[in-house]
Amino acid sequence: MPRLSGDTRHRVQFELNGRAVEADAEPRMLLTDFLRHDLGMTGTHVGCEHGVCGACTVLMDGVPARACLILAVQADGAKIRTVEGLAPAPGRLSILQEAFRRHHALQCGFCTAGILMSLDYYLRHHPEPDEMELREYLGGHLCRCTGYAPILAAALDAAQRLRKTPAHA
Amino acid sequence: MKPARFDYIRAETLAEAHAALAAGGDDARIIAGGQSLVPMLSMRMARPNVLIDIMHLPALAKIEVKGNALRIGAGVRQAELLAWPDLRERHPLLAAALPWVGHAQTRSRGTVCGSVAHADPSAEIPLALLALKGTIELSSQKKLRRVPTEEFFTGLMSTARSDDELIEAVEVPCRTAGDGCAFREFARRHSDFAIVACAAVARKDSVRLAIGGVADCPTARDFPDIDGDALDDALDEFANDLDARDDLHATADYRRALVRRIGRATIEEARLCRA
Repeated sequence: MPRLSGDTRHRVQFELNGRAVEADAEPRMLLTDFLRHDLGMTGTHVGCEHGVCGACTVLMDGVPARACLILAVQADGAKIRTVEGLAPAPGRLSILQEAFRRHHALQCGFCTAGILMSLDYYLRHHPEPDEMELREYLGGHLCRCTGYAPILAAALDAAQRLRKTPAHA
Repeated sequence: MKPARFDYIRAETLAEAHAALAAGGDDARIIAGGQSLVPMLSMRMARPNVLIDIMHLPALAKIEVKGNALRIGAGVRQAELLAWPDLRERHPLLAAALPWVGHAQTRSRGTVCGSVAHADPSAEIPLALLALKGTIELSSQKKLRRVPTEEFFTGLMSTARSDDELIEAVEVPCRTAGDGCAFREFARRHSDFAIVACAAVARKDSVRLAIGGVADCPTARDFPDIDGDALDDALDEFANDLDARDDLHATADYRRALVRRIGRATIEEARLCRA
């Protein structure tokens, strides 16, 4: 790859929620800003911008990652999944999203997108999650509204429903 | 928080990475997982002119058993090492320490060698390497050299790496039959930076204790097979010899108290794990 100059914008292409997308970015542009400002996908929220709060968590090549700790140019050629890719169809929520609604697992919703992406990955790979493991895993996210208990309840409920209807994940 | 401008090179060969590093001098930085470097860029605590991405070099992304040691390449992510099937059996201290590194959501991208290069005083991976007497493999256009962990960390976030070198791999000796090990850490919040972290390796008639989070870099000391008051006295001496400092997270006195308490608990746990 040639050296990408810091003074100009360069074409970045990747797969976002199953669709090919592209836009131009300076090397210093973070994936968070690229998603929101250049691709118009504002579901991914920007919190602390140094990897602590977890609000911007997305899936990159299938694993959870902080979008604020990734440069857009690093994501060139990758597969990115954001909260916009969770719902199976317009007007319908995923099983996990439904569980969040049922359990009041969000109030202001700022942290929710990141937590949903983390849990979507976790429940796919751990269909029978242990409560302590889930607590540990949720430690990678800050929520200042809920006190986490409803989030935990929603995750456990979603896991149970996903075991019955994995096809509708 | 936005980084200052820099050029970006996605290296396609190791030679290309070495050449870019040699040309860039101290204005060039390697980026691997980016979990420590990107925050530094965003806070503008690091302002390199060029970033060299080494995550597209398959040769660096390997975990290899080499004789009695494990060689972990610069592209190996923390989550990959944690998922390596023989880790718990052959490298129980790494298996115990890795879950304390950041969060699952940062271990998915952060690399083992990147944490070593960053050299945060409270980081778990440098601490475990020091306890295990691991080796850092540094390479440049000109040469390849192997530096023992004890000589690698030279101060607060500073290491023996020269500007034209990159960490190509780290090598960690496998557990010796009969040895026990333990890892303990204290932080204010889950997965926060450690206020004090302890790693212990107990042999038949000695124990090695490494302490992180207290001095500018991790520090290790070997103790004979002592117990009771003698061990308390030895730990007290170790705690007092560490150049502990006050900061907004904890006072130096508090850190030293934690070294005595958690250090002892870690040693005792490591001894219990001896086979």
